This record gives sequence, structure tokens and C-alpha cells, in this order.
Amino acid sequence: MNRYKTEKVVPYVILTILGIMFILPLLWVLFASFDPNAQQALKMPSSFTFENFTSIFADPANIRSFGIGLFISVGQAVLVVLVAIMAAYPLSRYALKFKKPFMYTILFMTALPITAVMVPVYQLFIYLNMQDSLIGTILFLTASGLPYAIWMMKNFMDSVPLELEESAWIDGASVWAGLRRVVAPLMIPGICTVAIFTFSGSWGNFFVPYILIQTPDKFPASVTIFQFFGSFGMIEYGKLAAFSMVYTMPSVILYIFSQKFMSTGFSLGGASKG
Amino acid sequence: MSTNTVVSPGVTVKQKTKKDHTLLKSVLFLLPAWILLLIFFVGPILLTFYFAFTNLSLTGTQAKSVEFIGFQNFLTMFQDPNFRISVVKTMVFLLLSAVIGQQVLGFILAVLMKEKNKTFRRIIGIIVLAGWVTPEIVVAFCWVAFLSDNGTLNMILQQIGLKPVTWMYTFPMVSVVIANIWHGTAFSMLVFQAALDDVPKSVEEAAVIDGANRFQVLFRIVLPMVKGSIVTNMILVTLQTLGVFTLIFAMTGGGPGTSTQTLPIFMYNQAFVNYQLGYGTAISLILLVIGIGASLIYMRSMKVEI
Repeated sequence: MNRYKTEKVVPYVILTILGIMFILPLLWVLFASFDPNAQQALKMPSSFTFENFTSIFADPANIRSFGIGLFISVGQAVLVVLVAIMAAYPLSRYALKFKKPFMYTILFMTALPITAVMVPVYQLFIYLNMQDSLIGTILFLTASGLPYAIWMMKNFMDSVPLELEESAWIDGASVWAGLRRVVAPLMIPGICTVAIFTFSGSWGNFFVPYILIQTPDKFPASVTIFQFFGSFGMIEYGKLAAFSMVYTMPSVILYIFSQKFMSTGFSLGGASKG
Repeated sequence: MSTNTVVSPGVTVKQKTKKDHTLLKSVLFLLPAWILLLIFFVGPILLTFYFAFTNLSLTGTQAKSVEFIGFQNFLTMFQDPNFRISVVKTMVFLLLSAVIGQQVLGFILAVLMKEKNKTFRRIIGIIVLAGWVTPEIVVAFCWVAFLSDNGTLNMILQQIGLKPVTWMYTFPMVSVVIANIWHGTAFSMLVFQAALDDVPKSVEEAAVIDGANRFQVLFRIVLPMVKGSIVTNMILVTLQTLGVFTLIFAMTGGGPGTSTQTLPIFMYNQAFVNYQLGYGTAISLILLVIGIGASLIYMRSMKVEI
């Protein structure tokens, strides 16, 4: 009986310890952001203030960087969804000779780390005269997000029955109208999943805009927060924490939101479903 | 007779035009994706292979006239002690944070959380996932603060009567490894949770009836059954960790000295700090080749039907 009891308790103890170890670094951001005299070490704020947040929002440069971040991430997410749906359609509906090699290439591309190509991408941007261009950055991010999005979209589209579309064709709808009015609305959960993953990926991406954008006025939030850390990070902990909180929020909210669409659970980014 | 011979070619012609239509439509639908992938994905990969053999530079005369210099960059690289250091640092970082850290911790979490109290399971899950959802740059800030000289960890150490440690200077590699484990473990945990849920309960029960203890069930029954997920997860986590730049760059900048200078940091320093784009690209080529190799293994391991 006793042995049975310890066997039951031990996992709870280990999990609790792991949980505390995981939450400690995060608690600092939470507490420091509301603390008028935040320090490096975790402590309960002696008084509670919103001043760290208001001072972050008082700087128009910070507001602008959030706006630019939104512009890049929303732009990329919209483009990725549109282009991926279009590409997924023939891959899901027609028997194409090049389908197999193409899908294998796509799967291969999903795994490649983009860090490895950033130096030549920078050079490519100089050739194309696109350095320091937000649109160029969006286009590059779109291409880097496409392989994953096409793979997911094709799998989502495979589960939309062809019959519904056929009845739309009989009613005189074109292939394009069928895709827009019948297939796409039935894929809303899939589209949202891809859009959220794409958005979060680029919202949190620091390396790509850091390399491709040079003018400080064009920096998205991820680069601005790094600069803030570089110049004030070691002095104004409260403000850095508040900035981090505001910057992290979109990712957290969208992740919670995405759980609604992912009721089927998690299996290797959907890729293993084949 | 004659009508037959006329009709059958007519049918094939009609089928052929329909087929052409399908092909044309497919190409039109796929065109935007192809163009984007060609310019911004395939293009840079091909350029990597080209620039790695040139003396391309950000400044000076070499910026204007690019010359083909054969294997010069690679000769320089293999004689560069910094390159050798970076390869070792990358391997240590990969092994400790991805292969061992995230995988083992993710697996332990998934096993321990199985069949636990639902609310408890949820709370632990949310805490671990929080580290995953947090953007890399904020992860870096959290850990710089946590490990700093007057940070939370040293405060705890002092309260239990231990001496504070200058973590980021004395153990820089350990610091970035722990931060990366904290950030990435949730992914492995989710993969293993999904895999463990697929192990039929009846198999485990049968083993227990036959007299197997907990560890025997885990190591002899469950582990072999989720082997596929472990392999796939290992490759994916390795690929993700291979590309880690932001976390190390923001935490230590590759230092102190060269103590956390992994290949991506070394590549960045050569290309954008020393302005040697050609040399930087040669380093990216090494990263790319490792990435291509791992991706190919990943594809083989997936065994997908398309």
C-alpha cells in the first residue's frame, strides 16, 4: 500500500518542481512590468503601477514599430494564405504528373533552416534593389512560410468532399468561384491555423528584419525591442519587462485562439498526417 | 465501320483538350507559389552555392567586382581556428539543448503527465507551453535577467546559503543551452504526448499482468512503440536548433570571447561585422549542407503517402 502511494506521489512532486523551474523566469517579466522600481531579481512589487506600460506607449517610435510589425506579419499571413490555397487546389483536386516530386520538394523545404540562407538573401536584396524595403521583407517571409502552408492547406483541402463543389459547378459556378464560395468557407479552421502560425512566426522573427531592414524608422517591434534592450535594458528593467509583455501578447492570444481550431490534437505540425 | 474510326480519334482529341485544360488551370493556380518560391527560396539556395566560391565583400573594390576564387574560402575556413571552435560549439549546443535537453525533458514531462489529474496536467502544460509561445528575443531577456549577477537564480542560491555565480561569464554555454531547452521543450512534449496517446492501453495492461514493472513497461513496451516519433522529433528539433541565432545573439552575442559562437553567429560575424560576404556564404553553405542532409533524413523518416 505504502509503495503504491509513493509511486503515485513522486510524479506529482517531480512535475511540480519542473513547473516551478519553468515559471520562474516568466514571473519576473510579469512582476517587473508592474513594478515602479523593478530589479533584475524576481520580487513582489511593493506598489503597483501602469507607468512602465504608459511610458512604452508614450513613445511614438514604439507605436510605429508595433504598426510596422503588424503590417509585415498581417501582410505575410494574408499572402501566404491566398497563395497557398491557390497552390493547394490543383494539388488536391487533379491528378498531376509532377504532384509527387513537387510535394516531396515542399516537405523538404519545410525542414530547411532559413538562417542558413540569410547572407545570400541579403545579397539578393541588393541585386533586386529591395534592401530596406518592407514589401521585399514581406515577400521573402511569404516564400519562407509557403512550403509549410501549402502542405497544410493541401491536407485540409483533401478532407473537403468533391461532391459539394460538383453541385456548385452544375449550378454554373466556375472552378474559381467553386474554390472561393464552397471550398474556402469549409476550410476556415485550416485557414485560421495556417494564418495564426504564419503570423506568430514572423511577429517573433528578429533575424530576418534585422538583416533586411536598415533604417531605424522601418524597424518592426522585434528589432526595436532589441535596440531598447541594448540601450536601456540594463537600467530600466520595468520598462523592458512592460515592452516584452506588450510584444508577447499577440503571440499568446493567437496561440490560445488557435487551440480552438486544433481540437484534433498535435501530430508533428500536421505533416505526419500525410 | 468508317464512323467508328472517326469517332474514336474524336474522343481522344476531346480528352486531350480536357487534360490540357486541367494542366493549364493547375499551372495558373500554382504560378504565384512557384514564382515566390523560385525567387526567394530556390534563388538564395543557388546563390549560396555560387557566392561561397567568390570573394564577395560588403565594402571596397571586391564589392563591385566579384571574382571566382574556387575553394579559397574553404581553405581559409578549414585553417581558421575560429571555424573549428564554432563547429565544436554548434555540436555541443545541438547535443545538450536539442538532442538531450529538449527530447529527454519533453519525454519525461509527457510520460509523467499521462493519466494525471486533469487540472494539474493542464496547469503544467500551460506553464511549459508559455516558454514555447514566448518570442525568442523575449526568452533571451527573461534568461539574461534570471541568470544575471543580481538575478533570481543567485538570489535563491544566497537564500539557501550558497555563493552567487556569474552564470553568463563562467558558464555561458550552459546558460544559452538552458534558455533554449526552456524555449523548445514544449514542442517535444506535445509530439510525445500525441505519440503516447496512440499506445493502446491494453498492451501496457497485458505487460503489467505478465509481471512487468513500471520501468520495464516504459523501456521495453512504450519506448519501442513510439520510436518513429522519437526519430522524427529528433531530426526536427535538431534542424530548429541548428538555425538558432536570435537567442544566442541577444543573450551573449557569441561571447564572452568565442565561448558561445555557434555557426550561425560565426556566419553573421564574418558576413556583416567583418564585411566578408563570400566567406560568410561559405559558412552558410556548411550550415545549408547539414540542413539539407538532415531534411532528407527527415523526409525518409516520415514515410508519407502523397
